[in-house]
Amino acid sequence: MVQRLDILKETPSQTAGPYVHIGATPNAIDIAGVWQTDLGSVMLTAETTGERIVVKGRVIDGAGRPLTDALVEIWQADAAGLYNSPQEPRGTADRHFVGWGRQAVDRDTGEFCFATIKPGSVPFGDGRLMAPHITVWIVARGINIGLHTRLYFGDEAVANAGDPVLLRIEDRSRIATLVAPKDLSTDPPTYRFDIHLQGPQETVFFDI
Amino acid sequence: MTQEGSYYQRDRAWHPPAFTPQYKTSVLRSPQRPLLSLENTLSELTGPVFGHGRLGPLDNDLITNYAHGGEAIGQRLVVHGRVLDENGRGLPGVLVEFWQANAGGRYRHHKEGYRAALDPNFGGCGRYITDPDGGYHFRTIKPGAYPWPNRVNDWRPAHIHFSVFGHAFAQRLVTQMYFEGDPMIWQCPIVATIPDRRAIEQLIAALDRNNTTPMDSLAYKFDIVLRGRRSTFFENRPEGN
Ligand SMILES: [Fe+2]
Repeated sequence: MVQRLDILKETPSQTAGPYVHIGATPNAIDIAGVWQTDLGSVMLTAETTGERIVVKGRVIDGAGRPLTDALVEIWQADAAGLYNSPQEPRGTADRHFVGWGRQAVDRDTGEFCFATIKPGSVPFGDGRLMAPHITVWIVARGINIGLHTRLYFGDEAVANAGDPVLLRIEDRSRIATLVAPKDLSTDPPTYRFDIHLQGPQETVFFDI
Repeated sequence: MTQEGSYYQRDRAWHPPAFTPQYKTSVLRSPQRPLLSLENTLSELTGPVFGHGRLGPLDNDLITNYAHGGEAIGQRLVVHGRVLDENGRGLPGVLVEFWQANAGGRYRHHKEGYRAALDPNFGGCGRYITDPDGGYHFRTIKPGAYPWPNRVNDWRPAHIHFSVFGHAFAQRLVTQMYFEGDPMIWQCPIVATIPDRRAIEQLIAALDRNNTTPMDSLAYKFDIVLRGRRSTFFENRPEGN
C-alpha cells in the first residue's frame, strides 16, 4: 500500500437534453416571471468600450440541418485584451463589460446572435500573442459533453497566421472552420460563424 | 492571485464519449475528428463572476417561483450539497442552475409531446450561487419519469438537470442528478452513455434522511465535483499564464 492522493473524480457530464432553455434562458421560451432577465442575454451597455460587432451563426448536424435546441455561450476579453475575471493577472478589465454571453438558438431557424465588441489580443502561455478570438461552448440534446471551440476574425489575417493555437492544426484546411468572415453590409458589422458538428466541414473542437 | 497552474487534464474515459448509438440523437451530433488538445491559456483559466445581487429570493424555490395562485404539486424535496474541485475544496461563487419536469414528468416547453398534465404553478427552473464553503440548496418537487422518442418505448428515470459554472471556462459542466433506489436508472440509454458504473453512481443523489423536514420535505444530497488545478511549485510563470 502507498499513501492516497485523495483526488476526487470530476462529476461526469450528461447531455443538456432538449429542454436546456428552461434552465438557462427561460424568458426566451416564454417561461416569464421566474427571473427578470436571462443571465448573459445582454453583453453591452452604452458605457462599454470597443468596436461594436455582431456574431451570428448556426450549429449544424451531420445531415446539414441546423439544431433548434442548442445553447451557445461565449467568453471573451475586453477591447484591450483583458478578461473581466479574478484570474486575470495583468490588470483590470473594462468594468462595463463582463465578456460572457449566452443565447438559445432560434427555435425555428436555429440561428444564434450575440451583440458584443471585438476583443483585444491575449497572450499564449509562452508570452506570444494569440490572435483576437472568442471562446465558444455548445450544448444540446445529443451532445454528451459540452463542445469547446474558438471564433477567430476573418479580418485578422496577419494575426491569425501567427496564432500559436491555429498553428497547431496539422490539417491546414481545417483552420477555416474557426475563422468567421466579416460582413460589412450590416451596421455594426456581422461575423458569421457556423459550427459544423460533423462532416467535411467539421469544426475544430478543443480538449481544454 | 493564487499560484496555481492549469486544470487537471479531463479524464475523457470517465465522461460519456460523443458517439453513443444507443442514444440515437448523438449519431449526427457527435464530432468524428479527434479533439485538438490545448493546454490552458488565459482564455480557459478565466471566467465571469456571478454576483449574489443578480439573484432573487425565490430563485432556488421551484415550489413557489412560478406560483400562479398556488404551490407546485408533488413530493416536496430539498436538494442540497456542495460544489467541490478535484482537490476536495469547496468552491464559492459557483453559478448552479437546475431544471426539471413536473411531478407528472411533463416539461413546460413548446416541443414537449408527453400527455401528462402541466402544473399551472410549476415552471421548472431555479438557480443558486454557492456559499463560501461551496454549499447550495434548493426546494422543489420530485420530478416524474417520462417517455421520450429514442427506441420504441424508452423512459427517462426521474432526474434533475444541472448546469454548473465554476471559476474558469475550463470547469464548465452540464450533468443530471438521479435519485437513490430508482431501478429505471439502469434501463436508460442516456445514463448508459457513461461507460463506468462508478461514474454513473456519482450522479445518484442519496436520500438524506437526517435532513428531511418533519411534516414538510424529503431531502437528497448531491455533491458536484469540478476540475481541480495544478499547484505550481518551482515554475517560472511567464506573463499571462
Ligand atoms: Fe430531462
